[in-house]
Parts: sequence; C-alpha cells; structure tokens
Amino acid sequence: MKTTTQTMNRVKTLKIDDRDVSGSEHQTILDVARENDIFIPTLCHIDGLSDIGACRLCVVEIKGSGKLVPACATEIQEGMEVFTQTEALAKYRKLILEMLFTEGNHICSVCVSNGHCELQYLAARLGVDHVHLPYLHQQRTVDASHERFIVDHNRCILCTRCVRVCDEIEGAHTWDVTGRGTKARVITDLNQPWGTSETCTGCSKCVHICPTGALVEKGKSVAEMSKRREFLPYLTSMREKNNG
Amino acid sequence: MSRQITIDPVTRIEGHSKITIELDDNEQVKDAHFHVTQLRGFEKFCEGRPFSEMPSLMARICGICPVSHLIASAKACDGLLAVRVPPTAIKLRRILNLAQMMQSHALSFFYLSSPDLLLGMDGDPAKRNIFGVLEAYPTLARDGVRLRQIGQQIIELLAGKRIHPAWVVPGGVSDPLTEATRDQIIAMLPDAQAIAERTLVWFKKAMEQYREEIRTFGNFPTLFMGLVNAEGDLEHYHGKLRVVDSRGHILQDGFDPPDYASFIGEKTEAWSYLKSSYYLPLGYPEGIYRVGPLARLNIVDRCGTPLADQEWAEFRELQRGAELSSFHFHYARLIEILYAAERIGELLNADDILDPHVRARAGANNLEGIGVAEAPRGTLIHHYRINEDGLITWANLIIATGHNNLAMNRSVLQVAKRYVDGSKLTEGMLNRVEAVIRTYDPCLSCSTHALGQMPLHIELRSAAGEVLDEVRR
Repeated sequence: MKTTTQTMNRVKTLKIDDRDVSGSEHQTILDVARENDIFIPTLCHIDGLSDIGACRLCVVEIKGSGKLVPACATEIQEGMEVFTQTEALAKYRKLILEMLFTEGNHICSVCVSNGHCELQYLAARLGVDHVHLPYLHQQRTVDASHERFIVDHNRCILCTRCVRVCDEIEGAHTWDVTGRGTKARVITDLNQPWGTSETCTGCSKCVHICPTGALVEKGKSVAEMSKRREFLPYLTSMREKNNG
Repeated sequence: MSRQITIDPVTRIEGHSKITIELDDNEQVKDAHFHVTQLRGFEKFCEGRPFSEMPSLMARICGICPVSHLIASAKACDGLLAVRVPPTAIKLRRILNLAQMMQSHALSFFYLSSPDLLLGMDGDPAKRNIFGVLEAYPTLARDGVRLRQIGQQIIELLAGKRIHPAWVVPGGVSDPLTEATRDQIIAMLPDAQAIAERTLVWFKKAMEQYREEIRTFGNFPTLFMGLVNAEGDLEHYHGKLRVVDSRGHILQDGFDPPDYASFIGEKTEAWSYLKSSYYLPLGYPEGIYRVGPLARLNIVDRCGTPLADQEWAEFRELQRGAELSSFHFHYARLIEILYAAERIGELLNADDILDPHVRARAGANNLEGIGVAEAPRGTLIHHYRINEDGLITWANLIIATGHNNLAMNRSVLQVAKRYVDGSKLTEGMLNRVEAVIRTYDPCLSCSTHALGQMPLHIELRSAAGEVLDEVRR
C-alpha cells in the first residue's frame, strides 16, 4: 500500500476487468483493484510491508502484453487494460495453491490455525477441491525452543512476511531464508534455534502476520490461533511520521 | 483333511476385521481367531508435535468416540501442565464424556446389535440391519435414533460440533457453558431417560429367548477392570482402577492409573494388528480380563444414581459373583445409558456449572503425563512424554478394544464350537460368530492406532485346504 508514502499528484486512468478506474501514479494494480472492490488473491502481500511478488497468486493479464505480471508489484499505467479473472489465471492460481499444499504438510483439521488461515481461505475461495499433484511428504521440523512461540516448518509457505516485518517494522532482522527450492526454509539469526536468538525481541509481529499456522503462540490448541493483522499499516504510518 | 472357514469382513462393527475358524479332520472346530486387519500409526506420527495439539490430533483416531480420546488425551496433557483443572471444567468434561457414552451405546445397541436380537440370529441377512428394524419395530428403531441424536446434540451444544470438536483442551475446556445451553440440554434428558427405561423393560423380557446365546456368548471366567471413584461408584472420568476376579472379589483396588505399566502387559500375536493386553501379575494368557460396560458394572459397589442403581441391583442378581456372559454387555450398555441421562442432569444442576473459569493455563511443567478415562468400550489410557520444549517424544495408547482382545478371541472360539458344524454351514451359525464380537462393540480403528513391527503370518493352502507352506516373522 504505497499510497501512504507517495505524493498523490498525478491521476492515471485504466481499465480493470472492463471497468473504468483511476489511481494516482506509483499505485500498484493491486492497490487500485482493492480500492474498487475488485478481488485479487494474495498471500505474500500484506498492507504495511514492501512487496516482493513471490507467491504469484496476484498475477494478472495486461492487454497487449504476453506475460503475466504480479499485481502487487506492478504500477498502473495510463490506458492500461487489466484482466484479473480469466480462465487461465484461475487455473494458474489453483495450481500455485496446489503446489503449496503438496510441498508442505498442511493438515487443516488438526491445525491450530484451522479457520484462521489465509492459505485455507484462498483454497476454499478459489475452489481448490482436489490436489492433482503428488504430495512430497517432506520431513520438516518444528522448533519450539522459544519460550512463547513455535515455528512449524511443515506449514510454512515461504511468503517471507516474517522476514520483512522483522526487518522493516521491528528493525531486528531476526528472520531470514536459507536453502533453495523445496529445501528453502526460514531461519532465525545464524540458523540457530529460535529460543537462542539474540536479536529476537519477542514482539510477536511475525506470528501475527504469518498467513498460516507456521508461526504460532505456544499452548494453542486446534483452531485457537486467531491472528491480529490490522495493526501493521498503523504502525508503519506512525513510525514514518515519528521519523519525520 | 483340515478346512478353514473365513468370515471376511465382519459386519456391523466399527473397523475392519476377519474371523477364521479352523476345522479338524472330523470337521469339528479346532481353533478360531479374530483378526484385526488394519494398521494406523498414531503413536508414531504424533512424535515431534507440540503437546497442546494432542487432544485434537488423537481425537482423529475415531469418528465414533473422538470425545473419549479428547478426554484421555487432555488428561494426559493436564499432567504435563501440572495444573489444577477448574472444577467446572471437570464437570463439563464429564458431561461431554457421558453424552458420548449415550450416543455410542445407542449406536452399538440399536443400530448394530438390535437387528440380531429383534429379527433373529437366523433372520434374512438382507433385512437384518437397522432398516429391517425400522420396518418391523419402528418404535424401537426410532428410540435408538432419537437416543443417539440426544447424545450427539449434547456434544454439539457443549463442544461446537458432533464429531471431532476441539473444545477439550489441556487445562480444561475452551469455553464455559451458557445458561441457555444448559437449559436446552436439561430439556432433552427426560426423553433419553424414558427411552432407556422402556428399552430395558423390553430387553429384560427378550433375554429369555436368548438363553443359549447367554450361555455360550463369551461366557467364561475372566478378570474385569475399570475405574471406580473413592466410594466405589461407577466412574467414567477420574478415579482409580479396580480389578475383580470372576467371583466378583476385588483382586486389586485403587491402583493409580499412572502405575498401569506395572499391571498391564501388552502382547503381539502374529495373526492380528491388535495387541492383546493382560493382567501382568497373572501372566499371559491367564491374565485375561475384560473392560467396558459389563466390566464396569461388575467392579462397582453401586452406580450412584437412583434409577441406574435399581437396574444394577437386578443385573447383579443374574449370577453369583461377576456376571460372566459377554452377551450381557448389551444389558450393561442399557443401564449405563440410563445412568448417563441421570448423571448429566445432576451435573448440569450443580451450582458452579456456569462458572466462566474453565481453563488453567501453563507451559510444560512435567515431561511425562498419563491420562485415563472410561470410553464407551472400556478403559482408555493415553501416555505421553515430551522434551523441554513441549514436543512429543514418545506416546503409548492402550485402547479398550485391546484390553478385550483375548476375551474376544476366546468368545469367538466358544461360539464357533457351539454353533459351527463343519459338515453343514448355515448363515445363522456364522452370524452368531460375528454377533459375539458385536457384544464387545469393538472399535478397531481406535485400537489399531499403533505402529511397529508388523506381525505377519502367511499361510499357503491348496484348494483342498492343505497347508503347503507358511511364513512367520
């Protein structure tokens, strides 16, 4: 959501799904779509943090362009014609979700985030009723060494919201990513147990913006881990204001 | 030449199993086995999970008695937290457990076994099911459906949903009871009580037709085990374990459930995935014991509610000492339904039942926890160990059906010897062999939660039934 940081001096007009809409320059397609109540699914995007276009769920089609672009990381252009709900996009988005489900070990029925999970919500909303790819059943670990929190790598989709919130808002940069491909995973400090991290302030921002049950509070039973995510844009704007 | 008769699958039970009956050269029954043919793996795959997830994870063992697993598991987790669970939470858990007892017993008696009792052991197998009962005895069938509905509705009202609710948590329950819900549940109880009473009247009269089955359906001396409270009353949630012998004499009283490993042994047999539990002091297989409704009514000094106590007194008149026939699991089940209806009423009328303090919170304070409760089918034991971070490192579950495994096998042999005549097999004979298993209401999906060395025994037989080769491991 770059509207808070940019000067809104020039208005651009464009079409999204055949609707005439407008936004100020430097706004992303996602920003403008949301202002106009046009639904584009996202997982790695969260209001208040920088965008990295990693999950690719927000890909959209632009008339005249042969490639799909992430709506969260693409700025609007004058006269642009954007399509957010084509058959091809629906297929790709479902496939992305299926890949996330097969790469990790997501068992909604016994997950602490059941009913509060963005991955689960999107799967239901986008109609992922079957998974057509083979499950990888990777052996992944759970780190419960922190006094108050748990990271369950089985449920991590590598959206890196935790990495960004810790770096951009909290300023601790405890989280990072190691490894490649299916072996990639988030780590704390120098790839050490979370409980031994010297930089973690225990602020729990990472836990609350994690879209799934990968980062949770200790002691939560199934379906109990509801998260508060609305605080971020407020924190962002207040800190920018204080920093002058 | 020896022959083998196989009943596969055994019908109207919960889970998958088969029965084999071995005949000798004179076509007489030589041996019989009850094989449980499925394998699960819960003890293994919960390793590494945070213990706070265990109640809901373990509840997935079963769709019929998830509440039992929730409760035994939460009790084991209470031990890990080392907290005092608020008294109101204990009462609410008790109500949930009794509601499940009611619905599960109703399922066993009305849906699974009443077709044998009402339509006859030799009745047309196409009709011998709950639909056949609905046609021929609509009132009784409706009673069964209603009773199960009441039990399930109480579970839903308390815990949010009927199957696999997540309401029972380590340290208590997640939400307190509201006044409206309490009144709604209280309003359902008279119906449940009336159904239990009239079914008991009918069953006691009908028992006369089943003298031969009562005589031969698992009618032999064994020990009996279950929980009793400090007064020796019927107990499904807390208390201490009591073991009585076949004469009804107390062999061991008040052993703390956490000491179970000193008294209960588990043995693996080559022909089944289900382990056989036995009473260690008497050894294997002499330590054969039974659990469940029949055992519970055999071990207690009384039930503790007025109507159930009257029925219990009559039940105990049937035989001097302990009631030995497994056929009377049915009878005991009906008395327990009546007890559940009465006891739920008592608990809901307690002064503190609406107290909002229903959960004690803590981290992992003990590295080992054991939870024992009475499930509909008998004593259920969950035993966990965790590391300092609160992750499960080891789990052991002993399920009611496992306690009864030895007795079920012996019952199958007894019925087969009495009814199966190798020279002329009838459907009614084979149904009796299945029916004796149904008296135990085994839940095989629950009882084969374990993962370990697969006991494998393969027999290669010629068309004539001759054993050509066999492999064991």
